[in-house]
Amino acid sequence: MTFKFKLGSIALTSALALGLVATQAKAESLTIVSWGGAYTKSQVKAYHEPFTAKTGITIKSDDYNGGLAEVKAQVEAGNVTWDLVDVEVSDVVRGCDEGLLEPIDQSILPPAPDGTPAAKDFLPGSLYECGIPTIVWTTIYAYDKTKFPSNPPSTIADLFDTKKFPGKRGLRKVPKVNLEFALMADGVPADKVYEVLGTPEGVDRAFAKLDTIKDDVIWWEAGAQPPQMLADGEVVMASAYNGRIFNAIATENKPFEIVWDGQVWDLDLWVIPKGAPNKADALKFVAFSTDTQRLADQAGWISYGPARKSSVPLIGKHKEAGIDMGPHMPTAPANFKNALQNDFEFWADHADELNERFNAWLAK
Amino acid sequence: MAQAALTATPAEIADATNLKAKLRRATARARRNAFLMTAPLLIMLLITFIVPIGYMLFRSVDDPVVGMAAPLTAKALADWNAETGLPPEDAYAAIVADLSRLRTSGTDGKALIGRLATRLNFEQPSVRSVITKTARKSTKLKEGPYKDALIKINKKWGEPEIWATIQRLSAPYTTVHFLASLDLHYDVDGSIVSQPEVRRVYVTIWLRTLYVGGLVTLLGLLLGYPVAYLLANLPTRISNLLIILVLLPFWTSLLVRTTSWIVVLGQNGVLLETLAWLGLVSDDNRPQLIYNMTGTIVAMTHILLPFMILPLYSVMKGISPTYMRAARSLGAAPAQAFIKVYMPQTIPGVGAGSILVFILAIGYYITPALVGGQRGTLISNFIAFHMQKSLNWGFAAALGTILLLGVLVLYWFYDRIIGINKMKLG
Repeated sequence: MTFKFKLGSIALTSALALGLVATQAKAESLTIVSWGGAYTKSQVKAYHEPFTAKTGITIKSDDYNGGLAEVKAQVEAGNVTWDLVDVEVSDVVRGCDEGLLEPIDQSILPPAPDGTPAAKDFLPGSLYECGIPTIVWTTIYAYDKTKFPSNPPSTIADLFDTKKFPGKRGLRKVPKVNLEFALMADGVPADKVYEVLGTPEGVDRAFAKLDTIKDDVIWWEAGAQPPQMLADGEVVMASAYNGRIFNAIATENKPFEIVWDGQVWDLDLWVIPKGAPNKADALKFVAFSTDTQRLADQAGWISYGPARKSSVPLIGKHKEAGIDMGPHMPTAPANFKNALQNDFEFWADHADELNERFNAWLAK
Repeated sequence: MAQAALTATPAEIADATNLKAKLRRATARARRNAFLMTAPLLIMLLITFIVPIGYMLFRSVDDPVVGMAAPLTAKALADWNAETGLPPEDAYAAIVADLSRLRTSGTDGKALIGRLATRLNFEQPSVRSVITKTARKSTKLKEGPYKDALIKINKKWGEPEIWATIQRLSAPYTTVHFLASLDLHYDVDGSIVSQPEVRRVYVTIWLRTLYVGGLVTLLGLLLGYPVAYLLANLPTRISNLLIILVLLPFWTSLLVRTTSWIVVLGQNGVLLETLAWLGLVSDDNRPQLIYNMTGTIVAMTHILLPFMILPLYSVMKGISPTYMRAARSLGAAPAQAFIKVYMPQTIPGVGAGSILVFILAIGYYITPALVGGQRGTLISNFIAFHMQKSLNWGFAAALGTILLLGVLVLYWFYDRIIGINKMKLG
């Protein structure tokens, strides 16, 4: 089965690649920018290496810390050096709106092996004018098992319960996700969170809930920090990107446990900065890396869910640790029970105001 | 020359003027050569220093987006006053005309809608989606009245706030960034008022930045002065060794020094582990030494200490020991001689070290970002935030401009009080 799928998708992508090669002069190299660490490694193994093997185009992999600042600077200066960037949904929407990103023609995307067109195969609503999704990632919180040997935390409310679970918490130093966590912990059902957060009373309520743990929080900024803080004993629980925690458990044998309740999930997508030097090759790479097999392969390196439905049955074991990856996906049914999708529209509208309020709140 | 000219023949006079001209030419050539030789440096300074700073200063007031994207609306709102209620139908027709023109003029036009939406959203929350949604529907609105149609698209069009925001930002230059740097903004009537309580942050951060800068300078002086004195007065063999001890951390990467403080001051770090082992702090209630103001102050003082020690050392090295001996022989007690004779001579070093450390400290970025936690971050961290995350570059530029002006004022004061020519940096 797998073999057939592979053949099918390879045939399709090579046909597509040939078509593109015919119209474009051959370029040798692509600069692809992503978030670094275990995540970039998963992309190198699942996308970059097979792509180079197939097309002969070498890939230069660069790291960044998210956001559109570099893309904006490059586009405004007219000196674009990045061909492809891995970004979050809110940045796709904003970058596309402001003309910083190239629109991507979705007809280049290969269909699923069973012939389902790409538009139906990708998760509903995940294809954007300027961005093609690769993974579903999620912000969860994880705890150190050795700190809570009996009766460990299990719900999002426990993150805010310092009486039952004393100790420092690590949270990301942005309002996004923290406000959602706070409302869910305060009893707001996941599907009502953004409705409540859209009102001034809702914002007050979320900050009031955060107030209850403010003195117990250590704030982190880079994705690699929370597993480190847990390992150092600096905190007893921390919000984190699920793949980073999985990596610490699977490959470094850390005694961490993920609490999936109240997870806030988001997508990562490929975007092409406006005026990218090797746009044709970048498009070729987008089509190649988001086919069914490649997305499934990536899930063998890190526990982020593939953006295509047809990739899910192909997810196997972790390539190094040999753990069955299925149950560790954010989208696995047991993990997805009380999950909230990050609402980019809400954040695009309110980020400036809430960031300012969050910063003011922090400084007090 | 004058003597010779008096008795000179016309030919000799001609020769002399020739000579003068030749000399002028020769010195001009030398000057030109000298200029050409320094030209690369001057051009480099211009390109890498003057131009970017000038551009940054300009960016803090430059605000062309709204005027570019919505010229008709700007014109229609020119005479409108928010106190009289909603703007006339003309303004509604103008915004529809502006948005539908942009919407139908290719990718550049659409990009301008995006930039307009983002720009307005910085000033008034959730205007972004009002603009993008209205732009999408604007091409379908063929004829008036537009007022009710727009209010139906979004009820914000029926409130004066959004119009006041557009009107205020339609000028090509703006002061809003500088106001926002001081927690001020324009209300709907155009008068300057404080931000709502929950959004006030920058005044606190400015004061905190000055406080941290001052404290780090003071601590650096208290710690650095004795060290510099020791370095300057010990025999050369020992003092050279000590100087290496001062310089070694100076040559170590800033990041390494900052992260090593995380290792030392962390909850399970060297210091607290030792104290807990000695029983000086209780094991389950350890004090928080990092990710707060304490961490920021300790790490910054350590990192900036060499900038205090080196100018102090170079000044102290130049002070002749005979002054102290003279003071002693004239009957001064050791402490008196030190305070009255030695210390005044070190003032140029104290001034240089202090101004250097203070200026570096108020612009510090990496260390507070890594060890500052929630209450130990400084203004530079906010500049970085607005450059990298919110992409509000105009605002970041305004914060940067204020910081630069602050440093210049400080420099001016220093020049007035101590004299900049007395400053010795080593």
